[in-house]
Amino acid sequence: MRKLALNDEILLSIDKPARYIGGEVNSVMKDKKTVSIRFAMCFPDVYEIGMSHLGIQILYDMFNRREDVWCERVYSPWVDLDKILRERGIPLFALESQDPVKDFDFLGITLQYEMCYTNVLQILDLSQIPLLAEDRGEGWEYPLVIGGGPCAYNPEPIAPFFDMFYIGEGEVVYDALLDLYKKCRAKGMNRPEFLHKAAQLPGIYVPSLYQVSYNEDGTIASFAPVCGDIPSVISRQAVLDMTAAPYPDAPVVPFIKATQDRVVLEIQRGCIRGCRFCQAGMIYRPTRERSLDCLKEHAYRMLKNTGHEEISLSSLSSSDYSDLPGIVNFLIGEFGSGNINISLPSLRIDAFSLDVMSKVQDVRKSSLTFAPEAGSQRLRDVINKGLTEEVILSGADQAFHGGWNKVKLYFMLGLPLEEEEDRKAIAHLAELIAEKYYEIPKDQRNGKCQINVSTSFFVPKPFTPFQWARMYHPGDYLGFAKTVNHEIKAMKNQKSIRYNWHQADVTLLEGIFARGDRRIAGVILDAYKNGALYDAWTEYWDYGRWLAAFARAGVDMDFYTQRERAEDEIFPWDFIDIGVTKKFLLSEWKKAKQGIVTPNCREKCSGCGAARYKGGVCAEGKN
Amino acid sequence: MKFIGHLDVMRYFQKAIRRAGIDIAFTEGLSPHMIMSFAAPLGVGLTSDAEYMDIELNTPPSSGKAVIDALNAAGTEGITVTGFWQIPEDKANKAMSLVAAADYELRFRGGCAPAGDWQSQISHFFAQKEIVVLKKTKKAEKEADIRPMIYEMSVNAGTVFMKLAAGSAANLKPELVMDAYLHSIGVEPEPFAYEIHRCEVYANLGNEKKRRLVPLGALGREIVDESPAGPDDNVQETAYI
Repeated sequence: MRKLALNDEILLSIDKPARYIGGEVNSVMKDKKTVSIRFAMCFPDVYEIGMSHLGIQILYDMFNRREDVWCERVYSPWVDLDKILRERGIPLFALESQDPVKDFDFLGITLQYEMCYTNVLQILDLSQIPLLAEDRGEGWEYPLVIGGGPCAYNPEPIAPFFDMFYIGEGEVVYDALLDLYKKCRAKGMNRPEFLHKAAQLPGIYVPSLYQVSYNEDGTIASFAPVCGDIPSVISRQAVLDMTAAPYPDAPVVPFIKATQDRVVLEIQRGCIRGCRFCQAGMIYRPTRERSLDCLKEHAYRMLKNTGHEEISLSSLSSSDYSDLPGIVNFLIGEFGSGNINISLPSLRIDAFSLDVMSKVQDVRKSSLTFAPEAGSQRLRDVINKGLTEEVILSGADQAFHGGWNKVKLYFMLGLPLEEEEDRKAIAHLAELIAEKYYEIPKDQRNGKCQINVSTSFFVPKPFTPFQWARMYHPGDYLGFAKTVNHEIKAMKNQKSIRYNWHQADVTLLEGIFARGDRRIAGVILDAYKNGALYDAWTEYWDYGRWLAAFARAGVDMDFYTQRERAEDEIFPWDFIDIGVTKKFLLSEWKKAKQGIVTPNCREKCSGCGAARYKGGVCAEGKN
Repeated sequence: MKFIGHLDVMRYFQKAIRRAGIDIAFTEGLSPHMIMSFAAPLGVGLTSDAEYMDIELNTPPSSGKAVIDALNAAGTEGITVTGFWQIPEDKANKAMSLVAAADYELRFRGGCAPAGDWQSQISHFFAQKEIVVLKKTKKAEKEADIRPMIYEMSVNAGTVFMKLAAGSAANLKPELVMDAYLHSIGVEPEPFAYEIHRCEVYANLGNEKKRRLVPLGALGREIVDESPAGPDDNVQETAYI
C-alpha cells in the first residue's frame, strides 16, 4: 500500500480526508528513481475546486506522457488541515507520492483568479519554501516556483513570490523548458544560471531579471531587463493546431464529488465576439477549433476511462463552433440513450439550442440563461455585447412556448460610461421578459415564471479595451445595486423577478490585483501574515484586514482603482505581447466611448493583431 | 479506503461499473439511476473484508469471474471485488433488510492501548446479563441495554473480536461496545484510538430466539458458464488499507 503523509488520527479528525490521500482512478504512479524531473502541479484552492480545472488535467497528462517526468497534484489544504500542518510542522505533500513538495524540482501554480493570491503564499509556506524568490538561494534546495494561467498575464503583483512565469498556453513551451532544466542540471549549473537561460525561452518571464522605475505620480516610468541578452518583450504562447494538441483521454476521477464531476470536452479555444470587458476574449485570440472527428474520439475514450455519467462542452461561446449541430447531434445520438447526461453551457438561445436542450434536459426543472451584461442597448453597444433586446425577447418567447418558465439573467454594474438609466434598464428588461411569459394564455403556461437577475460588479482587466477604465468605491457599487433593486420593486411583475448582487468590497481588491504592479506584493504578503487566506470564500473574506494591510504599507488603493488611465500610460503588463496590440485595444476604448460596435471575427477582421499567429479564425478561408 | 464515506463508495462503484462496461439495469422515470444497493454502509475510518451490494443486470454475465475481473481491472488499489453471486428472486434487492449481524475485529492503534492489563476482564464483561450505556440520539441521551445486541465477544493477543447486531432492526457499533467496556474497567477511551475491521456480514435464516447466521455471500450461487435466467446478482466488495 502507498504510505500516506498524514496519520489516521489526523485524517479522521478533518473534514473530507479523501482530499489528501491521492490514489484516485487514473492518477499516475511512477517510480521516483526512474524519473529525472518531479513536477508538483498546484491549483491554489480546495481539492474539489482544483480537481475541476481542465488546464491542469491537460498538463498533468502531457507531462506524465514523458518518461523522464513525474507530475503530481497539490491543492490548498482546507483551514482545518492548514492549522494541523502548521502546529506540527508537517510539510505540504503531493497527492500521488505523498512526498513533500519541497523535494520536487518544480512547483507549478495555476493562477485562475486574483483572489487566490494568499492561497499561493499558503502553499509556499506550508511547503516550507521561502515566500520570496530572492530568499531561495543559488543552489537547488527548493523547487523552482512557476506560475501560469490567466492571472499570469499581469504577474506583477505576485512577481516576487515566483521564480518564473509561463505566459500563454502550456502545451507549447513546457517540453523545451523541462529539457533545458535537465541539460542545465547535468552541466552543474546553479539556480540563477538556469533562470537566466530559461528567460531566453519564448513565453518565459523571470521577474528577477527585470527592473521597474516609477514616475513621481506613481505610474511606471520604465520596465526593462537588467541585461542585454534577456528579451524586453515576452510573447504569449498559443497552440495553433488544437486538433493535434494533447488532450487527456483518462482524467483523474476523484473519490469525492468535485465541482465539475463530468467529462469536459474543450471544443475550441478563444472567442470571436470581442466583448470589451472580457479578458478571455482577447488573450485567447485567435479562436481555434478542434475538429469534430477528434472531439468524437475524445468523447468516447474519456467516458470509457472515467465512468462519468455526464459530458459537457467547454468553450467561451459554444454557439460559435462551426459545426455545433454536428457535435451536439453526435452526443445526443451516441450517448443520449445510455443514461449519460449531456450538458450544453454557453449556448445562445435560439430555435436550434432550444430544440437540443429540450432533448437533453427536463424543461420544467431547468432554467435558461441569458447574459446581456448591460441593461440598455446603448450600454450593450458600449461594451460590444452583440445581443439585442429583440433577440433576448424572441429567445425568451420561444423558450416559454417550449415549456420553460425559469430564466436567469446576468448583468454587470459599474461598467464604463454606465448611467442611472442603464441600471434601471436592467429591471425594465426583466419586466419585458416576464410580460412575454404572461402573454401566453393561462391554460397553456406552466404556473408562474421565475426570473432571476444577478449582477456582479465590473472589474477592469489587463489586455482589454477597458484596461484604461476607472472603478468606484464600495458605497457607490452598493448604490448601483440599490437602484436596480428599487426599480425591480416598481415593476408590475416584480413578484416574478428575484434579484441578487455580489459583494462590493472584494471587487475593489480584485481590481487592484488585476491591474496592480510590484508594489502590491508587499501588501499581499502582509495581509497573508495577518491571517488572510481563502479570500475567494465569503466566509473567510475580511475586508478590514486588507484595509489595514494597505494602510501599513502606505499603498494608496485609489491610485489603482479610482483613476482613468492616460492613453499613453505604461501598464505593468505592457511587456507581454499577446498578439492583440495595445493600439487596437485603445481604438476599441475610443469606439466604446462613442458607442460604436465592432463586428465579430467571422463577420469582418478588425485587425487586432492576433493574425500574426497565422492560425484559427484568422486563417479561415485563406488556405 | 477507510477515508471514503459510504456515499462516495457508491459513486465509486457507479463509475467503476460504467468503466467495466457492465450492463447494469436502471430505474425508470425522469432521472434514471443504477439499480444498486449496499447491504450495510461502512462508517468512515473502518476497513472491511465483507461489503456486499446488490446490483441488477440487463444481461446475464458469462461467469461471475468475468464480472469480478472487469470490475477489478476498472478499479483502484484498496477496493477489490472478491465474489459475485446470483441471488434468488425472493432475496433480490433486499440485501439491506436481510442484514442481521456483523463480525468485527478491534485493535488499538500503535501507542494508543491503555496501560496495564486491559484484556482480562472482557469475558467477565460479556458474561453480564445487562450492559446499560448512554446512547446519544438526535434529540437526547438515553439509557439503553446493549447486551442483547452483543452476540459474541472475546479477546486474543490484543485483538478484540465482536459479533454484533447489525442492520435496520437493531444495529450496534463496535466502538460503542469497546467504550462501554473501557468505562467498566475505569479507563477513559481516547478519540481515534481504535482500528476496526469488519470481517463478515450475516443474514439470519433462523428467528429472533434461535439465530442461524449465514454470511450474505452464501445466499447466492456461483455463476459459471451460461447463466440461467434471473438477473439479480450480489457483489462482494473488499476494502482494506
